[in-house]
Parts: sequence; C-alpha cells; structure tokens
Amino acid sequence: MKRQPSEQEIRDAAPRLRDGPGPGSPEARALDETWSDAPGLIGWFSAINHKTIALRFVVATMLFFGAGGILAALMRLQLARPGNKLMGPDMYNQVFTMHGTTMMFLFAVPVMQAVAVYLVPLMVGTRSIAFPRLNAYAFWVFVFGGLMLYAAFFVNAGADAGWFSYVPLAGPDFSPGKRVDFWAQMITYTELSAIVEAIVVITTALKLRAPGMTLNRMPLFVWAMLVTAFMILFAMPAVMLASTALIMDRLVGTHFYNPAEGGDALLWQHLFWFFGHPEVYLIFIPGLGFISAIIPTFARRPMFGYTAMVLSLIATAFLAFGLWVHHMFATNLPELGKSFFTAASMMIAIPTATQIFCWLATLWTGRLNFKTPLLFVLAFFFILVLGGLTGIILAAVPINLQVHDSYFVVAHLHYVLIGGAVFPLFGAFYYWFPKFTGRMMSERLGRWNFWLMFVGFNVAFFPMHLLGMQGMPRRVYTYQAESGWGQMNFVSTAGALVLAAGVLLFVINALRSWHAGAAAGNDPWGGGTLEWAASSPPAPCNFHALPVVHSRDPVWQPLPSGPPAQPPLPTHVMGLTADERQLLVTTVVDARPDVLHTFPRPSIWPFACAVATTVLFTASIFTAWAVVWGMVPVAIILTLWFWPHRHETARHLAMERKP
Amino acid sequence: MTAARVRGTALDVSSLPTYGFSHRSIVWWATLGMIAVEATVFALAIATYFYLRSHATTWPLAGKPPDLLWGTINTLVMLGSLLPNHLAKKAAEKDNVSRARLWMAVCLAMGLLFLVIRIFEFRSLNTGWDTDAYGSIVWTLLGLHTVHLVTDFYDSAVLTLLLFIGPLEGRHMQDVSENAFYWYFVVASWLPIYLVIYWAARLH
Ligand code: HEM
Ligand SMILES: [Cu+2]
Repeated sequence: MKRQPSEQEIRDAAPRLRDGPGPGSPEARALDETWSDAPGLIGWFSAINHKTIALRFVVATMLFFGAGGILAALMRLQLARPGNKLMGPDMYNQVFTMHGTTMMFLFAVPVMQAVAVYLVPLMVGTRSIAFPRLNAYAFWVFVFGGLMLYAAFFVNAGADAGWFSYVPLAGPDFSPGKRVDFWAQMITYTELSAIVEAIVVITTALKLRAPGMTLNRMPLFVWAMLVTAFMILFAMPAVMLASTALIMDRLVGTHFYNPAEGGDALLWQHLFWFFGHPEVYLIFIPGLGFISAIIPTFARRPMFGYTAMVLSLIATAFLAFGLWVHHMFATNLPELGKSFFTAASMMIAIPTATQIFCWLATLWTGRLNFKTPLLFVLAFFFILVLGGLTGIILAAVPINLQVHDSYFVVAHLHYVLIGGAVFPLFGAFYYWFPKFTGRMMSERLGRWNFWLMFVGFNVAFFPMHLLGMQGMPRRVYTYQAESGWGQMNFVSTAGALVLAAGVLLFVINALRSWHAGAAAGNDPWGGGTLEWAASSPPAPCNFHALPVVHSRDPVWQPLPSGPPAQPPLPTHVMGLTADERQLLVTTVVDARPDVLHTFPRPSIWPFACAVATTVLFTASIFTAWAVVWGMVPVAIILTLWFWPHRHETARHLAMERKP
Repeated sequence: MTAARVRGTALDVSSLPTYGFSHRSIVWWATLGMIAVEATVFALAIATYFYLRSHATTWPLAGKPPDLLWGTINTLVMLGSLLPNHLAKKAAEKDNVSRARLWMAVCLAMGLLFLVIRIFEFRSLNTGWDTDAYGSIVWTLLGLHTVHLVTDFYDSAVLTLLLFIGPLEGRHMQDVSENAFYWYFVVASWLPIYLVIYWAARLH
C-alpha cells in the first residue's frame, strides 16, 4: 500500500529554481533538463514532448501519404492504356479503396493535427501541449490502426468497398470475409486518435496561451486548428456510430442496414456524410490556416481583416454541417430537400470568398518575397478556383445526376483536396522546416519540386474532367479501346508520374537539408508569430522565459505602439518552477494568469495502453467477446497510469498552493 | 488573494494556486470535450431511432414495447445518486477529504445498484439485438449508456480507493469535483434515452 509522503520527504522534494532568466542561465539549463525526454529504448517509447511526438506523427502520416501515393501510381499505370493487365478487378477494388481510405483517414486529417501538435504550443507561447501523455497515446493508437489496415491488405484482406463503404455492398451479404471489418475497425482507431487530439488542441489553445494573448490576438493558424478541432468533436462521432453499426451488422447480426428486417441502407449514407462532408473541411480549414500564416510573412505586413477571417472560419464550420445531403443527390430524397441543400452548398462560397479577398488584399498591399512557401500558396489559389468552380457545377442537382460517379467527380475531389490541402501543406513544410530542424531547405530544389508538382498535378487531373464528361465511370479497373479514352488516360498517367517525381524531390530535399542545409537562425523569414521567437529547433521547453503578449504579431510588435508606458509593461513571465514541469494556465478569453499546473513526466503507460487498445480493437474483429476481456488490460493500465507515486505526490505537495 | 505581480519587466506568477476547480482546471476542459463527443453520439443514436421508426409501419416492428418497471426504478435510483454526488463535489471543493470519501462511497453503492438493475432492464426490453432493426437500435441505445455507467463506475471506484489509501494531494480534490461533473452528465444523458426507449415505443 502507498502511504502519504512524510514531512521530511516533502521538504526534500521542494523545488529549488524558478524560471525567468533567459538562455544561458542555470535556470535555463534546469528547464532544458526538466522538459527533455529520457534517452534509451524505453525512453524512446516513453517520450511525451509535444515536438518529439509531433515530428514522429508527421513522419508517420507522410509515410502513409507515400503508401497511398504508390497505390495511386499503380492505379494510374493500370489505366494508362485500355485493356491493361497489371491488376485484375479484385485487386483494383482493394487498391482504390486503400488509396482513398489512406489519404482521407491516415493522411489528410491526421497530418494537420500532427503539425498542430508541434506548432500550437509554440504559437501560443507555452511549453507543452495540454495532456502530453494522452497526446502520445493518440499518436500510437493512430500508428497501430494504420498498420493493422495495411497488414490486412498484405494478407489479401484489404478493404474493397470504396472509401465510404456503402451498404449493402459493404454489408454481410455482399462482402463476406474480413475485409470490410478491418476497414470499419480502422475507423475506430483513427477516430479515437483524432478525437483525443482535438481535445488536446482545444485545451491548449483555450487555456495555455501566454498572458496577454487574448482570443482577439490568437494567431489565425491557431484559430483554424481550434475550429477544426471543434468540428472533429461533432463530426467524428457520426462515422464512429455508423461504422460500429456496420461491424455489428456483420459480426453479431444486428439489422441497422438490412431492409428485410426494418433497417435502411440510406441510414449509412446519412450518418457517413454527416461526417464526410465536414471531413472535407477538416482537411481544408487547416490548409487555410497555413495560408494565413504564410501570407503575412511573405507580404511583410499584418494580415488584412483579422476579424473577418476569424468569423469566416467559424461560419464555414457551421455551414459545413448543413451540406451532407449534396453527396446523396442521386438518391430518392424529397426534391425540396435537395433544393435546400443546393442553396446551402452555394452559400458556403461566401465565407470562402471573404477569406480569399482578405488574402489578396494582404498580398496586394504587401511587399512580396517570392520564396517557395509563397509559390505553393499561389498555386492553391489557382487550383482551388478550378476546384471550386467544378464544385458549384456539382452542387446543381441536374448536372450532378449527369456526372455522378464519373471521373468528373474524381477530378473535382482531387482539385479540392490537393489544391486546398496538399499544396498549402507542402508550402507549410518549406515554411516551418527551419523551425523543426534548424536548417533551411534548398530553394533551388524547392522550385523544381514546386513546378513538377504543379504541372504534374494539372496534367494528371485536368483530363479527368473531360473523361468524366465523356462518360468514363470511376472505380473501373479498365476500359475498352473503342471508348476512345485511351489517349487522355495516358496523358493523365504521365502527369501523375511527374507529380510523383515532384514529391520524391521533396523527400530528397528534406533529407539533404536536414543534414546539410544552411543554418536557419530563429527567424529566417521574418515572421511575426511567437514560434519565431523560439530557437530553431526549439529548446525542449520552447521558451526559457514565457512571453507576455501585447499585440497580434508579438515578434513584430513586442510592446504596444506609442510612447513607452510608465512603469514599463512586462515582457516575460517569471516564477515557474524550473525543475518541475510547471506551466501557466490562463483564462479563456483574456489570457490572464490564473493557475499553475504541473505536467506529468514521460511515461511508458501511453504506449502500453495503445498496445492494449490495439489488442482489444483487432481481436474484436474476430470475436465479439474481445470487447469484454480486452477491456481488462486497458483498465489495468489506465489505473496504473493514473495512480500517483509517493515521490511524485511529495514533489507536488512541496509546491502546492490551494486555490 | 493570490495573483500575478509585475516586477520590472517580468510578470511574477509564483504565487498563483497550483490547482483550481471547474473551468480553471484544464482537466475540466478535457471532460467537457468528452461530454461533447458522447452527447453527440447519443444524439445521433436517438436520431437513428427516429429515422428507422419513420420508415416503419408499426413500431416496435414486432412484439411489444419494453416493460416500464425496471427502467423507471433505475431512473429514480440514478436521480437519487445526484445527491451524494453533489455532496461529494461540494466536500471536495471545501477540501474536506473525509466527507469526500464518505459521499464517494455512497455514490459507488448507488452505482452498483443501478448496474444490477440495468441487467433487469436488458431483460425487460422484449426484443433481441438481432430480432430486427428496432431491437438493434434499442439494444444499442441501452448498451451505449451502460458503457458509460460501467466506465464511470470504474473511474469513481479507482478514485475512491485513492482517497482511502493513496498518497493524496490537493489536486485530487479537483479530480473528485470533475468526476462528479461527469457523473451529472451520465445521469442527465439517461433522461432522453429513457424517454426514447420506454416511451417513444408507446406513443404514436
Ligand atoms: C498523389 C497523387 C494522387 C493520384 C495520382 C491519385 C489518383 C487517384 C485515382 C486515379 C483515383 C480514382 C480511382 C477510381 O475511381 O478508379 C483516386 C481516387 C481517390 N483519391 Fe486520389 N490520387 C492522389 C492523391 C490523393 C489525395 C492527396 C487524396 C486525399 C487527400 C486522394 C483521395 C482520393 C479519394 C477519396 C478517392 C476515391 C476513392 C474511392 O473511390 O473510394 N487522392 N485517386
Ligand atoms: Cu460535401
């Protein structure tokens, strides 16, 4: 039994140093020590520093992007000429399903969260993400979920009912075997991870901001990630419920989607698209956040229309929940209902247009600095305008019926997803790579990288619009020479290979620069947000003294404009315990200092718990009872995770001040 | 009153409290986030119930609605548990460990009671999960809520054990307070589910 620590123990545990003095001081060295992850193998699996986890998370999602890209290349090779025999229909079904699933669930949403886990604490001026252990847990769960899906694929149990697994095709009658079960369970993993990450980001953005960073001064990127996180809270439950019902229909004989017993196949579509449409915005809104971070830096002026930008983000999030039915225009819903959703689909153009005008105004009135990150942002404008146009075309019911399930849709969705998210993401990598690694990426390779991707992308996907209008359906593994689609498909494949070469060049550039790039210094681009005040790469504790914020661009404007105040205004925080992971919690709206929270040290439990969760989720594909016995190890580990150690309590008691 | 003070160009925060209740605590925000997620799941499950019902000519599809007895008793027990729950929360916020122990223990006893009654509830549904779509959604609604009962019961049990034997610090009082907050949610979310399972199948 654990006893209460003694007086002596508490006195011995008393902290000695308090922060405040800047880099180089003994306090700063103590902080570095305190916030580091432990070395060694166990230490590696116990790491919780948000930057460590975030970099691993980014690498993991990019590896999945690579896997999804290889699958895409295989599809394009198969379709390059009519009657090609690279793969048969069954393999093709698995490949396009795995591609879509990987890109949507294992790449596009999580990569944004991974970048946020790195940047949000830096941008709001704190030393950690809220709940660093939960954050590590979410990362491991994500990795294991993705690995499970691919393990199944390699033993010929790859999901094959499309990335939205419509019933009845995905139901027990038409998809026997385990393929769809793996797909449904992969959803459980990734949604669990996404929801935990959302809670972590929300709490960080609302409660850990540096003093003085009122909501009205929060960087737009943080706003974008905050809005995204809130959308995740309300969108992800829908797909979790839908996929749980699906797997229960398949494994324990429920009848949610079985019309013979009062179930309904359209129920799946409603639940799925209630999530699926907002999903597009979960990918798109972080992209907007990247752009709002990059543009002011390269236009060398503060963002035009900050308030309008924030309101547009929020409006987009609300509207996104009213749009799901536009994916179901080909079903027999009431016509009036469809008109309503057409109108709503058109309305979402308003906040998007507002943001585009604010960006253009910022660019127009700024002094532009044409570096690679800005090129990617400009490409975003070009591609998105085309994708948005085809979206408006698709929002009209009669046209939608015409091109439904054709390559027109494939073209549209890639214009929106790649233009809206992947290009900004690559721009963001070029922009923040110096922060992550302390080194610049090569500009020369960057330009090659950019132009290959831009040209390759358009050559690959523009012809698909035409193919769609000529009637080529999506999800076909081949077509006949008489169709006349061969030439354009060949062009498209060539474009895809150019695009792939661009991505490969990115990888080469990143690897080379990581080791041999030019040293970056704290603020190579002259950015205005707080991450540029930290060193590159940031110290384990991010800031040796937490900043006090007086403006929207604290690096550009550390103090309010006008004559210096008397007495002088504070510029930094002091008094946090330097040999404990103590952090300042501030109030939600005004960011007034409120409470000191002591964060936990690194621990193996998050990893162990993720392993136990994996056993539970994977075993339950084979036996429903795993849901019961699999809970036992999870519960035990969570208890050990929660249970305090006597020495830990002694240390906390030595610092304790009651509210 | 403890507050941050300006010293020269530094803001000295060393005298701030090391924990705080309700929205001052970051854990409270995480709990609120979980509640938002779970409330959405419940709301969607209820929407699914009515969606399926709107497509049926008779409802329940076959057989009769659930018997009212156990579900109604359980609702009363759960509402009753709000009192010790409230007292545990108040005790924790007044830093009164012995009272927090006492009321947490009472809460747990009531928790055990409603878990047992829950078994009878399942038996009085008058349908199986694999009977038809009606059975599936009713079992899912009750099952979802039961998962919450079980996890909340387990959390509370671990916390109560800690109050009795563990090394304690002030922050654990904050945990008790947040645990009570979540308990409120588990009971509050039951009321709409109760109405749907037991009454929506009777009213036409
Ligand atoms: C990197 C270059 C990419 C290429 C060459 C590519 C190629 C393709 C092709 C040819 C299809 C159509 C399969 C068919 O209907 O037969 C497809 C489907 C799809 N792609 Fe991509 N894609 C790429 C990147 C992405 C990205 C980045 C995303 C998402 C962020 C994405 C999401 C999807 C989705 C959701 C589908 C639909 C899958 C389904 O029908 O179930 N793709 N892709
Ligand atoms: Cu949509």
